Amino acid sequence: MNGPLSENVCSNQRVRETPLRRLLSKFHSFKERMIETVILVCGYLSIAIVALIFIFLAKEAVSLFATENFFEVVAGTEWYPISEPPKFGLVPLILGSLFVTVGAVVIVIPLGVGTAVFISEVAPNWLREILKPTIEVIASIPSVVVGFIALLILGPALKSIFGLPTGLSALTGSIALAFMAASTVISISEDALRAVPVSYREASLALGATEWQTAYRVTVPSAISGIVAATMLGIGRVIGETMAVLMVTGNAALIPYSVFQPVRTMTATIAAEMGEVVRGSPHYYALFFIGLVLFIITFFINLIAGMFLHRRT
Amino acid sequence: MVSPRISQKIAFTVLFALAVVVIAPIVVILFVLVKNGISAINWDFLSQMPRNGMKVGGIFPAIVGTLLLVFGTTLFALPVGVCAAIYLSEYAPKNRLTRFIRLSIVNLAGVPSIVHGLFGLGLFVLFFGFGTSLLAGWLTLSILILPVIITASEEALRAVPMGLREASYALGASKWQTIRRVVLPSALPGILTGAILGVGRAAGETAPILFTVAAFYLPHLPGSIFDQVMALPYHLYVIATQVPNIPREFQYGTALVLISLVFGINLIAIIIRYFYRRAKRW
Repeated sequence: MNGPLSENVCSNQRVRETPLRRLLSKFHSFKERMIETVILVCGYLSIAIVALIFIFLAKEAVSLFATENFFEVVAGTEWYPISEPPKFGLVPLILGSLFVTVGAVVIVIPLGVGTAVFISEVAPNWLREILKPTIEVIASIPSVVVGFIALLILGPALKSIFGLPTGLSALTGSIALAFMAASTVISISEDALRAVPVSYREASLALGATEWQTAYRVTVPSAISGIVAATMLGIGRVIGETMAVLMVTGNAALIPYSVFQPVRTMTATIAAEMGEVVRGSPHYYALFFIGLVLFIITFFINLIAGMFLHRRT
Repeated sequence: MVSPRISQKIAFTVLFALAVVVIAPIVVILFVLVKNGISAINWDFLSQMPRNGMKVGGIFPAIVGTLLLVFGTTLFALPVGVCAAIYLSEYAPKNRLTRFIRLSIVNLAGVPSIVHGLFGLGLFVLFFGFGTSLLAGWLTLSILILPVIITASEEALRAVPMGLREASYALGASKWQTIRRVVLPSALPGILTGAILGVGRAAGETAPILFTVAAFYLPHLPGSIFDQVMALPYHLYVIATQVPNIPREFQYGTALVLISLVFGINLIAIIIRYFYRRAKRW
């Protein structure tokens, strides 16, 4: 005990500043400043990347309107990129994304929020310890594997259940995406439910309410902004999902009239067509324009979700 | 009017059923993959080049490609992500600019993976002229997993008690010395967990590598960082939808190898987290 302590005292007493020491300490503070600059740059890097993504997409997307009319793209009902002349109407693709997304959200909200309530309010401890990691496992399954299984099992199953001409439809995509988005919705909703103070529940139970009455009259309403945020983030995940929908929605770029029809989403269009497109052609720019639209949609969804999350705290 | 007791019973049963509906598909997926894929997996399948239009042989280059992608991505994303987390946890003032950084990270996490692919194509493949290459794929995937690493690392850094930092300052250590010698070592397991989770994500992604690195069919290994590689997720997509008459068991086998790899990576993270929680000193 005595040794190191006295050594410390000695080293603190270095009052005599030799030139070498001064140089060394200058070097050290220079090194620290360098490191801290690197850290600062990394800290700001995320802003730069998001800005760069936007600029790059926008730069390529805008070039589309050198040859095409903006309204014919945004309101056009025909997507025939390789016909002569090509048509870049986005309506079928936007409707495709909308059909798949709405379907997935309709499925995932009751499933996700219900499961979150079950995990946080109902399940005994041992069951919770099994369920939570299992939900995390869902999030880690690659989307191409989900697409593969949906292609081989879900599609044929839906085809025979509903007597459809094809199992590859908006509905198949919606179900696959609902499954994938479930983990996002469940985890964040459950966090929100957990954050509700125990005293709220105790007060409700003390007034004679049952646990279920407490859950849906007290706990869920208190956590509602977190649950809304969870749903928004789930929607963001669904809109941006690519591989699963590319594999199971049938990829017909036509305006859909029912969820049993094949559709083609915006993401799937980029994935399917970018590989064969000529760089600098209107088709190339059109795919970047779709990317820009997707970027802007998810940007605002995340913004809104962030606002709801902040309101909670 | 049903009595509150009975309505509670009904409600809880419904909630339980919902949880089962969420869980059931995982069980089905794993069961189907193992049942149909296990017969395809043998040493030849794992160690041989694909031959004869991928109908014969193995998936060796796809496995190597995915491992290369994962390691390179970690190499790029980990230092940058940890530095960004150090900035947010140790240096960032509480002001509007810091809130803006956080907003950017959240939004970066929400950018669709195919848009990451477009960006990688535009910036790395074409603008920087890297071509469809490992390097372009690494950088694209790094940006994709950066938010995961930053968020997890920051959480781990913030969990280090203030007292440890104060003790270090009291001994005369500078801010960087404190971070380097006290804060980082304490937060290391948490940072590793986050990094590995990010890596697991990178291993399974298809859309970002479509136009930046993935090769449709390339029966040899890459010679430099400017070469294309095959990758497991893209290979699964190709043999499941793009090439006719591929034996079913090859498809299931590839899917099984991919999901085993991803789960294996995640399992490492879970094990580290488990020991970390047990060994925590404060």
